[in-house]
Amino acid sequence: MVRARAAGLADADLPRVEVTTREGGSGRVTLTGRWTLAAITPRIAELRQQLTAIGGDAEWDCRGVGALDSAGMIILWRAWGQRLPQVLEAGAEHRRAFERILVTGTGEKSAVAPRRQAEWLRDAGAAALDFGGHLADLLALIGRVALDMLHVARHPGDMPWREVSANIYKSGVRAMPVIALVGAMVGVVLAYLSALQLQRLGADLYIVDILGLGIVRELGPVLAALLVAGRSGSAMTAQLGVMRVTEEIDALATMGVPRSLRLVMPKVIALAVAMPLLVLWVDVLALAGGMLAAAAQIDVGHQVFLDRLPKAVPVANLWIGLAKGVIFGILVALVACHFGLRARPNTESLAANTTASVVTSITAVILVDAMFAVATRTIGVP
Amino acid sequence: MMGAAPVIELRGVANRFGRLWVHRDLDLLIAAGELVALVGGSGSGKTTLLRAILGLLTPAAGEVRVFGERLSGGGQRRERALRRRFGVLFQHGALFSALTVFDNIAFQLRELRCLDEATIRDLVMLKLDMVELLPRHACLMPSELSGGMVKRVALARALALDPELLLLDEPTAGLDPDLADGFVGLIRALERELGLTVLLVTHDIDTLVALSTRVAVLAERRIVGYGPIAEVIGIDHPFIRSFFGSDRSRRILVEAGLR
Repeated sequence: MVRARAAGLADADLPRVEVTTREGGSGRVTLTGRWTLAAITPRIAELRQQLTAIGGDAEWDCRGVGALDSAGMIILWRAWGQRLPQVLEAGAEHRRAFERILVTGTGEKSAVAPRRQAEWLRDAGAAALDFGGHLADLLALIGRVALDMLHVARHPGDMPWREVSANIYKSGVRAMPVIALVGAMVGVVLAYLSALQLQRLGADLYIVDILGLGIVRELGPVLAALLVAGRSGSAMTAQLGVMRVTEEIDALATMGVPRSLRLVMPKVIALAVAMPLLVLWVDVLALAGGMLAAAAQIDVGHQVFLDRLPKAVPVANLWIGLAKGVIFGILVALVACHFGLRARPNTESLAANTTASVVTSITAVILVDAMFAVATRTIGVP
Repeated sequence: MMGAAPVIELRGVANRFGRLWVHRDLDLLIAAGELVALVGGSGSGKTTLLRAILGLLTPAAGEVRVFGERLSGGGQRRERALRRRFGVLFQHGALFSALTVFDNIAFQLRELRCLDEATIRDLVMLKLDMVELLPRHACLMPSELSGGMVKRVALARALALDPELLLLDEPTAGLDPDLADGFVGLIRALERELGLTVLLVTHDIDTLVALSTRVAVLAERRIVGYGPIAEVIGIDHPFIRSFFGSDRSRRILVEAGLR
């Protein structure tokens, strides 16, 4: 027999429930038609209603059932209260199928654990433990990278130069256009905003001080770090995460290549080198943007701007900015690698870890920047 | 079987990657209830053909019909209804890595949007039992499963909607012989119980001899032999000679009383 299509079932194939009541006896239920998923689903509500209306002591006649699949079986099985009815007339094949469910005993297992009391306390505890776990792992990673550095210092031949250079190119050089654009725009916006205020006070020339100090000391490093965290940090996490999923990291380990030396350390070194350079790059572009805007908005020409800049911004600020760059670079790389290596082999975990990586590194950059501001409050301020 | 409409019907199918023709003028008819093994050399386009049958790939020419219908066109509802009628076991399982074993099997049942959770749970447990897994395996994640278990779960998922057609891509590849035998037995038992039509792609002569009622040989971009295994091994073709003529194949064929 050709299986009928779900859409065009012949009338005789429709699953039907027919109830007849004999005198003085219990009800008798006659099932006919095809009891398969495709045939049942269009009329499931109706069938279920009919089945639940039938009493527990009814006699069941399934001899007229044309076809029966597991979905049909389960629906009948549930209508029977998860046991075979006392009187069941069915073909040998169908009877065997039902007895098979009896052996499986599907009904009794509940996969979902009941929600316990004081769940919030458990959740809070779990979150605290999780946070502790992150800190411990991060600390272990830092230690691992430090040991790798020591190893490389003693055996310079083991230095993964190629990876370092590739990472500098990927996260440094390739980031230059976007960082240039963002830097210049922020410079322009900042210049316009301060120019309006300064003009009212008649302190036009101080725009150089504001832009210079603000960009070189604070905005440059933070902007570069945020962009690198979003751009390269996420890429690093995703790369390491996928490498874990596909067991590439395990493959590396079995070849005697330590993962931290080959995968983590080059990224840390690369960002430690690339970030200060990017900070310099964003400083230049942002100052250039500010200078153009200042010239357009108020009467501070390029020559005046450039003459005043070294006097307004002591060189210590540049060093502070570059030092921040190095620290932020190391921070972003470590956080990215930490989350990448924690990814479990499934898509959900990969997504969660990439998100966590970017959010954590951006937060950490801002936190460390605030700490820097407090620690260096007496240095480089004219 | 009345009205013997073939379950799978390929007529003049051609596939190509760039300038490389993988198939040309390929015809294959698979009748309901058959267990067909598709064999062919490495790179002969077995998986490509399977993808064409699944509708994952549109052939450059020719026609693919499954249950007498084209796979594409006629709106999303019709396509879905048609696709629900076949189950697929991918070579590496292709389980949803973010879902538990239970949710993987329940996925398509939930997609129907008309079964209640209790019914779905019973159905999933029944499917797990069919592939000889235990209820406690239901809450594992795919990454926690062994290779053989992944295949079993993938088979349970393929069987979730009680399909009429089952497509298996290398069902026993990567399983140790013991597990492979078990898996073959499982598919046979299911086929007997459910009356499936099965198309399997395989390299493994053991699987082929144990499972198939017919063999289709893919070589030179077309089907060069199609019929019961005893018939196919008699065909004079270089690939068939080398595939069935190796020492290992001979031994297995002799054991099976085919040679």
